[in-house]
Amino acid sequence: MGSITLANVTKSFGAVNVIPPLNLEINEGEFVVFVGPSGCGKSTLLRLIAGLEDVTSGTISIDGADATAVPPAKRGLAMVFQSYALYPHMSVRKNISFPLKMAGLDQAEIDKKVNGAAEVLNLSDYIDRRPGQLSGGQRQRVAIGRAIVREPEAFLFDEPLSNLDAALRVNMRLEITELHQNLKTTMIYVTHDQVEAMTMADKIVVLRAGFIEQVGSPLELYRSPANLFVAGFIGSPKMNFLTGAAAAKYDATTIGIRPEHVSLSDKEGDWKGVVGVAEHLGSDTFLYVKLEDGTQFTVRAEGEVSFEHGDTVYASAASADRIYRFDDKDIAL
Amino acid sequence: MATDHSRTAARFMISPAVLLLLGWMIIPLSMTIYFSFLNYNLLSPGMEEFIGFDNYEFFLTDPAFFAALGNTLLLVGGVLLITIIGGIGLALLLDQPMWGQGIVRILVIAPFFVMPTVSALVWKNMFMNPVDGLFAHAAKALGFAPFDFLAHAPLFSIIMIVAWQWLPFATLILLTALQSLDQEQIEASKIDGANKVNRFIYIVLPHMSRAITVVILIQTIFLLSIFAEILVTTNGGPGYASTNLTYLVYAQSLLQFDVGGGSAGGIIAVILANIVAFFLMRMIGKNLEA
Amino acid sequence: MTNNNPNYNKLIVTLFAWAIGLLIFFPILWTILTSFKTEAEAIASPPLFLGFNWTLENYLEVHERSNYFLHFWNSVVISVGSTLLGLLIAIPAAWAMAFVPAKQTKNVLMWMLSTKMLPPVGVLIPIYLLFRDFGLLDTRVGLVIVLTLINLPIIVWMLYTYFKEIPGEILEAARMDGATLWSEVIYVLTPMAVPGIASTLLLNIILAWNEAFWTLNLTAAKAAPLTAFIASYSSPEGLFYAKLSAASTMAIAPILIMGWFSQKQLVRGLTFGAVK
Repeated sequence: MGSITLANVTKSFGAVNVIPPLNLEINEGEFVVFVGPSGCGKSTLLRLIAGLEDVTSGTISIDGADATAVPPAKRGLAMVFQSYALYPHMSVRKNISFPLKMAGLDQAEIDKKVNGAAEVLNLSDYIDRRPGQLSGGQRQRVAIGRAIVREPEAFLFDEPLSNLDAALRVNMRLEITELHQNLKTTMIYVTHDQVEAMTMADKIVVLRAGFIEQVGSPLELYRSPANLFVAGFIGSPKMNFLTGAAAAKYDATTIGIRPEHVSLSDKEGDWKGVVGVAEHLGSDTFLYVKLEDGTQFTVRAEGEVSFEHGDTVYASAASADRIYRFDDKDIAL
Repeated sequence: MATDHSRTAARFMISPAVLLLLGWMIIPLSMTIYFSFLNYNLLSPGMEEFIGFDNYEFFLTDPAFFAALGNTLLLVGGVLLITIIGGIGLALLLDQPMWGQGIVRILVIAPFFVMPTVSALVWKNMFMNPVDGLFAHAAKALGFAPFDFLAHAPLFSIIMIVAWQWLPFATLILLTALQSLDQEQIEASKIDGANKVNRFIYIVLPHMSRAITVVILIQTIFLLSIFAEILVTTNGGPGYASTNLTYLVYAQSLLQFDVGGGSAGGIIAVILANIVAFFLMRMIGKNLEA
Repeated sequence: MTNNNPNYNKLIVTLFAWAIGLLIFFPILWTILTSFKTEAEAIASPPLFLGFNWTLENYLEVHERSNYFLHFWNSVVISVGSTLLGLLIAIPAAWAMAFVPAKQTKNVLMWMLSTKMLPPVGVLIPIYLLFRDFGLLDTRVGLVIVLTLINLPIIVWMLYTYFKEIPGEILEAARMDGATLWSEVIYVLTPMAVPGIASTLLLNIILAWNEAFWTLNLTAAKAAPLTAFIASYSSPEGLFYAKLSAASTMAIAPILIMGWFSQKQLVRGLTFGAVK
């Protein structure tokens, strides 16, 4: 249970085509992340699956049954919204029990499930408070609680962590991943943050302007990006790109090399440049090097490195198979 | 969330309101336009005949019309001047820390809730009456002769009454605008070396300009239609000294039963109000997009 | 002015503000005081402020002479009736415009507002003639209809600005949680909308209670609300200050109290959301 198939799905708002014909298979139990820059259509895609928007054409099936015309309430999906969308006039308990009440469960069963969920999510102490009295992280957990009590076919997350501060975000990321490992329910997660995508997903769907650029596991996308866009989007810091003569040497229009795959020397190497800023993080050092032709080049060196602002350095690929080659259409070679 | 189903439902839910307002606007207004081209007097029913623009000509060449137009402008302008300046002052005052701020606020706002006929009669009899009014008592106590406000300065007196009613409105809105001013802006300007006067001119006033415009426009809409205050105090007199456009149309149609002439006056009033409304709508429309 | 003691400044501001506040409030205070005087005390020279024999006789007399409570009841029926009817029509419309916005929504809203700017004299004659022909002159029903229509744009606008503040995601969440349209309305929308509806109700009762163009022109003895009844004091009964004051005090007291509770909503309602 919990497989979702999109076949030739399109969505237009008036004359604006947001989703071109799109096909996607989401398997049962998978953690799928839709990632892409803002405006790429990832949230629209999620809302189409939820049934909050009508598809313009194409079909969406859930567990093999055509669900295109099924209203959101009947699709058996649960959703966690970016703003959490908690009901401000209801206590935490009422919020979590709302979907069960709508489903017509009897009170004893509702109480059992709500108490169970509150326990799992550490909400028992706040169960009678209203959302306005909770912190961001607690609200987030209530929203998740409201989603899990229904035991849905699949969970939909719409940028759920974007309103939290950095430390809390890391925590909640772990909690959601753990939740997935325990429940083994299909989860579809939308984010613009590639770190969240890399750390959480079984399968990443990279979107740009409504088109799927690439689908694959985090490491597949990291190791063999299908094109320049995916190469630049996945991985942090961003991949360095070189064009012109440097690329021609490798028989490509553009070559890319990740900052962590660069070795530095003060004497010799392929690309000469001057260190602009050096960020010393202790475990790593990020060096922002300006090459002779003006290209910005990022280098990630392990541990503490002694280069400083103004030093002349030579960068080269740690090994030749770490260089990605792209043709004049930005497709990987 | 906008699915086709909900769109249909939405149209269905909006239509009663739209249809009612459409009827309210179109049916009587087109009747007024129609009447304005007729020689139509309620005292001689069945004698209606089409006379083209004669009613407009009659209305626009009537000295009473120009008196009324002038009075309307004076009334609107005078009240606006008093309420805007007074309102800014009061808003600045009420924004200061003080004891009993809530109560002072309540006192200042109260006149707005007094129905027009009550405030007009209270002012007319208990304050402006030349024999027993408080102003007459005060004048006598100071050794002056009592002044008959409504007989000798009718328009001025009405302006004072109306200004008293609308000062709270201006104050309340300007105070709300003032309180929405970001305190960090004030702090930043202090650090930038601005003194109180500078802060008022360069920070506070620009911040309030939008609210001031809103007050001017909304009050103008209501002030163009001032009626009850004139009816119970002066009946538009003496002569036409305190007749405004609204009162003139009322007098023409319901006191002299000249439906045709009154209608022409009504249409002229509509056109004047539309000029103001045009600017008001543009402001509110802009806000809707923001 | 060189004294920078904050308490000293606060004291000056307080005294000044209270003086101005009392000055503005004085006509109302004076009316209330006068209503408890005898007619002779009311016109005494010099005027009496507190040193008079407090009496309730004016209140009784106002009613005996003119059936005051009929007019009071007319005011209640007309203002509450027109407000409730207006809400009934406006709630669905505002709900639809706030939650299912279409391309035309903004234009419809602006157009509704424009009807409010139509000066009443522009339609006075036809309404008067239509009312005469349909037997609606001097009836409460007739006034309820007119006041509903003139305040409908304000009601729709106020509700719209309140509904607009309910985040759409919450309604979507309810839908995802399996709520039908009805349970969405009952469990989620209504509880969140009640404060806004209450404010709208309050402000509109105030506006309808004080409306003094149509109530004066369309009523006589039977259906006259307090606005029109008080106008009948313009002469010569207005010279009976104590009775005028008693009648006035009763007419403004309920609305004064309601008004003080709805200051914030007043700003929003009367500026059509342009100032919050």
